[in-house]
Amino acid sequence: MALLSFERKYRVRGGTLIGGDLFDFWVGPFYVGFFGVTTAITATLGTLLIIYAASLGPTWNPWLISIAPPDISYGLALAPLREGGFWQVITICAIGAFVSWALREVEICRKLGIGYHVPFAYGFAIFAYVSLEVIRPFLLGAWGFGFPYGIFSHLDWVSNTGYQYLHFHYNPAHMIAVSFFFVTGGALAFHGALVLSSVNPAPGEDVKSPEYEDGFFRDTIGYSVGTLGIHRLGLFLALSAGFWSAVCIIISGPLWTRGWPEWWSWWLNLPIWS
Amino acid sequence: MKRTPYTRTALAVISGLGLLALGGCEPGHKQTVQYGYRGTGMNQIIDVKHMVSPGTIPDAPYPLPADGGPKAGETYQNVKVLSGVSTERFNHLMAEISQWVAPPEQGCAYCHNPENMASDEKYTKVVARRMLQMTQTINSTWSPHVQKVGVTCYTCHRGNAVPANKWALSAGAPHPGSILGDRHDQNPVSADAAYSDLPTTGFADYLLGAKNIRVYGTTVLPKYDGKGASVQTAEKSYGLMMHMSKALGVNCTFCHNTQAFGAWNLSRPQRATAWYGIRMVRDINNTYISSLQSVFPDNHDRKGPMGDPYKVNCTTCHQGVNKPLGGVSMMAQAPALWGPVAPYTAHAGAAAAEPAAAPAAAPADAAKPAPLAMNGAGPGTAAK
Repeated sequence: MALLSFERKYRVRGGTLIGGDLFDFWVGPFYVGFFGVTTAITATLGTLLIIYAASLGPTWNPWLISIAPPDISYGLALAPLREGGFWQVITICAIGAFVSWALREVEICRKLGIGYHVPFAYGFAIFAYVSLEVIRPFLLGAWGFGFPYGIFSHLDWVSNTGYQYLHFHYNPAHMIAVSFFFVTGGALAFHGALVLSSVNPAPGEDVKSPEYEDGFFRDTIGYSVGTLGIHRLGLFLALSAGFWSAVCIIISGPLWTRGWPEWWSWWLNLPIWS
Repeated sequence: MKRTPYTRTALAVISGLGLLALGGCEPGHKQTVQYGYRGTGMNQIIDVKHMVSPGTIPDAPYPLPADGGPKAGETYQNVKVLSGVSTERFNHLMAEISQWVAPPEQGCAYCHNPENMASDEKYTKVVARRMLQMTQTINSTWSPHVQKVGVTCYTCHRGNAVPANKWALSAGAPHPGSILGDRHDQNPVSADAAYSDLPTTGFADYLLGAKNIRVYGTTVLPKYDGKGASVQTAEKSYGLMMHMSKALGVNCTFCHNTQAFGAWNLSRPQRATAWYGIRMVRDINNTYISSLQSVFPDNHDRKGPMGDPYKVNCTTCHQGVNKPLGGVSMMAQAPALWGPVAPYTAHAGAAAAEPAAAPAAAPADAAKPAPLAMNGAGPGTAAK
């Protein structure tokens, strides 16, 4: 395989976190590393366990296959494989695979000499998953509070868990998370539209420079965050959306058990007017 | 990055706000219950410190006397509902009613003229008689809801002359025909809709009227035909459901798998109990409370802004727990409330025509099994 121009810089020895030179090699275009190996092992084992657990279930319909966590009565103990144990092992494999992948990204960053923005961002996705399957179940004292592995069944879990708090839209962290998701989508649309409009000028005209782009937003909203700034802003918005999503589910149960609308009675009970 | 005083202030404000927000939280010990198959997400998490007390049952005024001896209808004048009860037990029940309902400073005199106990001159006595019939109907006819536990006056009254939790028709729009100030009974921030913005008009529609509770349509595309679900009926239904959740201290998954609220085969048996409960409350509000409209005095704490007597909803009995009074039956100390008592025969024809008639219509309805589809015509949906 031909070496791309940047690969001279990328395909350098070192930068590994663990294992020294042992796994410091490439398979085709893919860097392996110690964490590439652990990713492959955990991802393969987890996937095979999902398939095996599905084979013990009542259906092969991909929408309906579901591998559920143990009953709440098992608490934080291990459950028999067919009564939630598969879910527990698969969860360990999943976390192993996700974290390995993030650390492999760290090693690649070190080889390239760039910042850790990519593994940092991916870490928020892992955090969201771990919040749902580990942090919240741990705080509530039972693995049974995790969501099941199934396309429809995990959606049912989301719905039922939301309705445990009567009206989840009143969850303040959910409000913040949803707002960040919307703003992320909005910012991406604005940014994408701006770039496309600059690189697709009227026939016979030159592609427009960032000065034109800044000019558009200065005229429209009085401020342009700039070509680098928009990507920093986008990262902040997207990570905030994921972060507050994790917060909104961690607080539901461990820190609040009644309907979320009722939580807002603190506002009505403020000594200023009550 | 160098931290400026500005950054420090911002950090302090943000962490201060975070701490404030945590102040509204319940970090204490939790109790958990699993309602559905593992992983379905049908659970109840209860903060032990904020658990609602089921209430305490008062001791009987004195031990229940043995049945036998002369009947109340034989001993007393103008006994219409309980004439077939033995005088000893009749007196015992009167003492209990006085303890459960009447203000202590008034006692028997709250309903009776002490000079002439048989007189119906006080409206409270007329109401009490109707309420005795109602209690007997609830216990004999609505056993799908009250089961073997039954209810007594105390289940709702809890020592108050008027039960603490009640509702009446709302005053409506302040300027009829205009949107000015018309809130459509939304955003009242009350426990009636579990502090949500949802409307509380569901009480009038579903607990007095016999409208069907609907949250979703049965067609792929919205097609409101005046019968199925619309946005408005869905909101009213949700408002009522919020009330039921708050009244019972449970969440939606106590009855429903929210994958499909209306599917009976996905619901828990508790939903059938609640289905009968809604019809029971309709029966109470229509047959018993509304019939007392002319008996209750006007300009009193007995009637709402529209002049209708205060009615019951789920909170009236449940008061925040899924089994009122913790599911402890009080019936052993008030056996006469189990159902209509055959009237004292020497006065046959003079009494008890009414109490026998009321429960006769409903049992056939109530004995039917739980309905199979929410969108089908369930039994007893028509107004009783």
